Amino acid sequence: MAKKYDAGVKEYRDTYWTPDYVPLDSDLLACFKCTGQEGVPREEVAAAVAAESSTGTWSTVWSELLTDLDFYKGRCYRIEDVPGDKEAFYAFIAYPLDLFEEGSITNVLTSLVGNVFGFKALRHLRLEDIRFPLAFIKTCMGPPNGIQVERDRMNKYGRPLLGCTIKPKLGLSGKNYGRVVYECLRGGLDFTKDDENINSQPFQRWQNRFEFVAEAVKLAEQETGEKKGHYLNCTAATPEEMYERAEFAKELGQPIIMHDYITGGFTANTGLAKWCRKNGMLLHIHRAMHAVIDRHPKHGIHFRVLAKCLRLSGGDQLHTGTVVGKLEGDRQSTLGYIDQLRESFVPEDRSRGNFFDQDWGSMGGVFAVASGGIHVWHMPALVAIFGDDSVLQFGGGTHGHPWGSAAGAAANRVALEACVKARNAGREIEREGRDILLEAAKHSPELAIALETWKEIKFEFDTVDKLDVN
Amino acid sequence: MPFKSTVGDYQTVATLETFGFLPPFTQDEIYDQIAYIIAQGWSPLVEHVHPSNSMATYWSYWKLPFFGEKDLSVIVNELEACHRAYPDHHVRLVGYDAYTQSQGSCFVVFEGR
Repeated sequence: MAKKYDAGVKEYRDTYWTPDYVPLDSDLLACFKCTGQEGVPREEVAAAVAAESSTGTWSTVWSELLTDLDFYKGRCYRIEDVPGDKEAFYAFIAYPLDLFEEGSITNVLTSLVGNVFGFKALRHLRLEDIRFPLAFIKTCMGPPNGIQVERDRMNKYGRPLLGCTIKPKLGLSGKNYGRVVYECLRGGLDFTKDDENINSQPFQRWQNRFEFVAEAVKLAEQETGEKKGHYLNCTAATPEEMYERAEFAKELGQPIIMHDYITGGFTANTGLAKWCRKNGMLLHIHRAMHAVIDRHPKHGIHFRVLAKCLRLSGGDQLHTGTVVGKLEGDRQSTLGYIDQLRESFVPEDRSRGNFFDQDWGSMGGVFAVASGGIHVWHMPALVAIFGDDSVLQFGGGTHGHPWGSAAGAAANRVALEACVKARNAGREIEREGRDILLEAAKHSPELAIALETWKEIKFEFDTVDKLDVN
Repeated sequence: MPFKSTVGDYQTVATLETFGFLPPFTQDEIYDQIAYIIAQGWSPLVEHVHPSNSMATYWSYWKLPFFGEKDLSVIVNELEACHRAYPDHHVRLVGYDAYTQSQGSCFVVFEGR
């Protein structure tokens, strides 16, 4: 039956709070942590979030009646308490699939975390999780290669991969930079990495870096007999320049390039991922700016959402924090989102911060990259936490070795392999970590010196963003 | 500050990927790894190649993958039989994972020369 136009301001909850609604398999579901202004009822706040992130605006408008808004509206179907928090609550919102353009993560985020985050009736708002329906997932390409293809291309099996960022992060000439790459790779690392701020600065233009790095990679491969790679950072001011750099990396026969997906943007990232699929290139993803968005426990976007979005947008490796190093990261929460990167199905598990069952279908997996303030003593914990489908990156923990980067690399490689060997043999590597490393050091002076050098370094601060538990 | 004479010279070593930086495994240590492969539900398989071609994607299969084999000693015997047949070849043990279509484990047991 046709409705009548009734101008004015209605309460959001009249239209957008639908506690009887049963979400469809094809709905995109979101969980927001809401903190409303004092005196505003929860249902009204939750309904406002549903409205402002979908079809609604503050006033009733005549043109609503030209369509079937009940078909297109997002709706809040559940409200829950946040454990241990009296003022915040979770709002679960279902969005019909047709609200989003196929294959566009940009479009999903523009809707879900757009204007609504500045809405005055809210004090804080945090997007905790998104359940992407399989119907949407099948419209995204996802990782250009995925874990299995990357292992086959790089010939790395049965262990985590080992990498390191070239330091100092800024200021080296192209030739000096290539030297450090060569030292790390000949010492036993699988990958080296451009620091995220290395783009094409006056001290080192990108062509120059790419050429010297390519020579270093080739030489290290010849001398060690193992496959090697360096993440050539293609992040640039414009997509055109980004593709130019990617093409040159391919011309040089390099296996992998790199992009910063948050500062670069989702549209740029999805485009570059598609280029990588087409050109047989691996794609390493850095996450600069993520902590601005994901660290505050009551406002912003949880990293698990950013990680899911990256898997859909495309990348073969993504930084996830280390749990044990110098950067923030709760262990259970980290395990929760590395599952989202690598598994084909992740069940709802609040103890890991996963609010929904998530079916990834046949989408390829993303290697979890642990990087930042880690050194050889962390190796047993890292292998236990991250498992084989990860890249462990030691920057200071490689270059800071008293004999230099090659010996530092070798120390890390020996430690890694000793931990994997011990794990496979059934030992509890976290508990027995110290013994495992000391035994391995008997055969490796490089490891013995590394263990001595970093024996006192710890980063023990409380996590700011913890999971919500009582 | 004078250059410390304790700085060592790290010499590049040619290695064969996973476990290439550890000393050769003892018989017991090899058993441990085979037991791990079998416990994961992976299929053990044996491959070999002449050292001049060790970076090739495809090494030669020794027979076929030992699908469903649960007996550790069978695998050890096959590794040794392969080594006897090709004494100058590298021989590696693979734990093949049909679910991921990848190798859950892969390391060289005998190095050729």
